[in-house]
Amino acid sequence: MIAPRIRRGMPQRYRYEAGKCKKCGKVFFPPRLICSACQSREFETIRLNRLGKVLTYTIIRVPPSQFKDEAPYAMGVVELEGGGRITAQIVDCDFDDVNIGMPVKIEFRRIQAEGESGVIGYGYKCVPA
Amino acid sequence: MAERKKVGITGYGAYVPQHRIRVEEIARVWGTDAESYKKGLGLREKSVPAPDEDTITMSVEAARYALMRCSVDPRLIGAVYVGSESHPYAVKPTGTTLAEAIGATPDIHCADFEFACKAGSEAMFVALSVVRAGEMEYALAVGADTSQGAPGDALEYSAAAGAAAFIMGGEDLLAVCEATYSFMTDTPDFWRREYQFYPSHAGRFTGEPAYFKHILGAAEGILKKTGMKPTDFAWAVFHQPNGKFPQKVGKMLGFTQEQIEPGWLSPTLGNTYSGSSPMGLSATLDVAKPGDRILMISYGSGAGSDSFVWTVTDRIDEVRNAAPATRAMLEDHPRYVDYGTYAKFRGKIKKAE
Repeated sequence: MIAPRIRRGMPQRYRYEAGKCKKCGKVFFPPRLICSACQSREFETIRLNRLGKVLTYTIIRVPPSQFKDEAPYAMGVVELEGGGRITAQIVDCDFDDVNIGMPVKIEFRRIQAEGESGVIGYGYKCVPA
Repeated sequence: MAERKKVGITGYGAYVPQHRIRVEEIARVWGTDAESYKKGLGLREKSVPAPDEDTITMSVEAARYALMRCSVDPRLIGAVYVGSESHPYAVKPTGTTLAEAIGATPDIHCADFEFACKAGSEAMFVALSVVRAGEMEYALAVGADTSQGAPGDALEYSAAAGAAAFIMGGEDLLAVCEATYSFMTDTPDFWRREYQFYPSHAGRFTGEPAYFKHILGAAEGILKKTGMKPTDFAWAVFHQPNGKFPQKVGKMLGFTQEQIEPGWLSPTLGNTYSGSSPMGLSATLDVAKPGDRILMISYGSGAGSDSFVWTVTDRIDEVRNAAPATRAMLEDHPRYVDYGTYAKFRGKIKKAE
């Protein structure tokens, strides 16, 4: 039953809400309770910038079962402008075009569905900027 | 009668998927003559949604671009209306996902509209009306579709994907809505019954008694209502089921090719159904100058047309570059797919459970 999990993840998967430490300014995505840099427990909620650069990436050829129709696909860690990192699929480009430092932007995409009759999960993927 | 409140467009945005398929590629598979489709329908290629794109995802992206073109706080948007014939769920609204993604929940009214290719302009009409009635400061209207044509059918050469979003308001308008007029009859030219995957249509009956009758009816109605004539408009946008029909109906009404050119996207975009005339309007706003008047007329089978007269304001020059232009999304970096990939993307292949 993924419906409750989908609902819980919406602030991050739909709106990229992150926690920014009020004391030292470090950005955490997803948000956490205690800052790993200064141990502060006070955070403000910010929205990550939709523009960023590929920090590193890999090509997934043997995916989890729900993504088997999409393989092979690129997964990357993306550093966003203004802080924060996300792990996301990099789509709408050839693997040869994916490289470290490549400018990308976040788009709203369909991530997975519970078969033909189940709930559809939406979230973020990255495309060339 | 009391003076009507001035309402119009505060922000606009469109979304075009990256993938395309050429008419030649579809014709190759079905053994038809590509040239006759290209000439007869005025189409060269069409947009194809990736498996992770649907009416919801395209609506979200178009709405985000519309928000980039204005300084509206999403929490002040009082309604989200999405028009489409390809809502991802049969039961569960598209609008709530869109509202959640742009941060407009929970203080919001959501409704999904459906009326073949006219659902987008319907959402625009209702959004303008609730703002004019003073129910809310802003209302978001979207027209979006990932339409399907049956394999081998004439519709397969045109059924495409795209979205356009408009934030309607009473202040900071980039285009004022001067008038609206709608024209409808019960005309069974195109339909899809419950549980059917592909739509059906009445062939040539979709032309003269359907598309042309209703667009001409709406055009004559709004010109009479406003006392305007074709030369009073800088630009005109008509629903685009193919490349030919909007050209022909424009000519019948006395509009020139120059007037329809900026919003005439169908030769390389295809028919984006509920997104069609709304995307034509967004592409026209991309090039319009302050003071320009735009006539927009949608068409939806079943059948009816909504018409709008827009007057562009000085604000257009400040906001048009704040988000990608519609034609740039259409023309930059298209990714061509073969028919096999297209069939996989569109779920046309029967797989084992």
